Amino acid sequence: MSLVIELFLEFGLLSFIAFGGATALLPEMHRVVVDNHHWLNDTTFTHLYAIAQAAPGPNVLVVTLIGWEVAGFLGALAATLAMCLPMSVLIYLLIDRWESFSGKRWQKAVSLGVAPLAVGLIFSGASLIGRAAGFGVGGWATIALVLAISQRWRGLHPLWLIAAGAAAGLAGLI
Amino acid sequence: MSVQQVDTRNRPDLRALFLGFSSVGLSGFGGVLPFARRMLVDERQWMTAEEFNAQLGLCQFLPGPNVVNLAVVVGKRYQGVAGAIVSGVGLLAGPFVIVLLLAMLYDHFGSLASVQSMLRGIAAAGCGLLFGMAWRMGAAIKDKPAFLPFTVLTIAGIAWLRWPMPFVMLGGLALSGGVAYWKLGRQ
Repeated sequence: MSLVIELFLEFGLLSFIAFGGATALLPEMHRVVVDNHHWLNDTTFTHLYAIAQAAPGPNVLVVTLIGWEVAGFLGALAATLAMCLPMSVLIYLLIDRWESFSGKRWQKAVSLGVAPLAVGLIFSGASLIGRAAGFGVGGWATIALVLAISQRWRGLHPLWLIAAGAAAGLAGLI
Repeated sequence: MSVQQVDTRNRPDLRALFLGFSSVGLSGFGGVLPFARRMLVDERQWMTAEEFNAQLGLCQFLPGPNVVNLAVVVGKRYQGVAGAIVSGVGLLAGPFVIVLLLAMLYDHFGSLASVQSMLRGIAAAGCGLLFGMAWRMGAAIKDKPAFLPFTVLTIAGIAWLRWPMPFVMLGGLALSGGVAYWKLGRQ
């Protein structure tokens, strides 16, 4: 039970800095779950990220998977709630006043200021997955190819690239 | 925005909110925000495009999963606390169950070599998509000489030096937001 509470507190804290959503939190989740608590190892962390990528739904569900692997069903529930609940409550209370903030100089400054940090976090998340998976030449070639294809054909559904990655993996290329 | 102001548009009840957000949650892969927009603005017309953009502002301003924040805002707008809860739960319940089923499959078959190599392949593709997302978001930043240095600093702090994210974000936001505040004042 204490593990469930610990999960809730750790992820609840992370939810307050999740600018850019759960994807931007990948490096910090890895630090908490793999480096600090040793709840999971690098391989499992990478696998859970992959499963979340292949499943439908909001990106935040990678947290559900981590909670499940650490502490079963209650862990999954605790991690998911911890990530969603604090900001949901805050936004419920703030939305009516939002109109009066919007357009203010400090509000624009925060929006402009957060964007480059979120880009850095997502880039860091991508490089962390690459490192944690311990990709060789085949893995990094796949990453480069997916990056190139997703930039060249913006309308392509990402699921095609995920499926191609799965096939390349099964063929032993990665 | 208060409830009274919006009764000119279609006003969903709790059931409609639950079903609407369930369909959003189950339709997207790697981010469902575009599907939320399509459901709210185009298909069910619960709000106009301008209203959607205005509401999304706060959802993106605050940390946390943007689309969950959006569900709470839309649910509150039409049905108060109950609407907010029903919308958030509707968005997450279906994917939550699917992900847990996949987790159980993983617990049973995850040790098979073929499953491991498949997941490695998916992780590689997902990693490429993440780099692509960072690239696109970076390209969308308007004043690159002023703000991209903060992207580089964030990467250095998080990916290279492995500093704790709360400190990097607080420090980064103070610097980057400070520059933005100063630049806005000069305009």
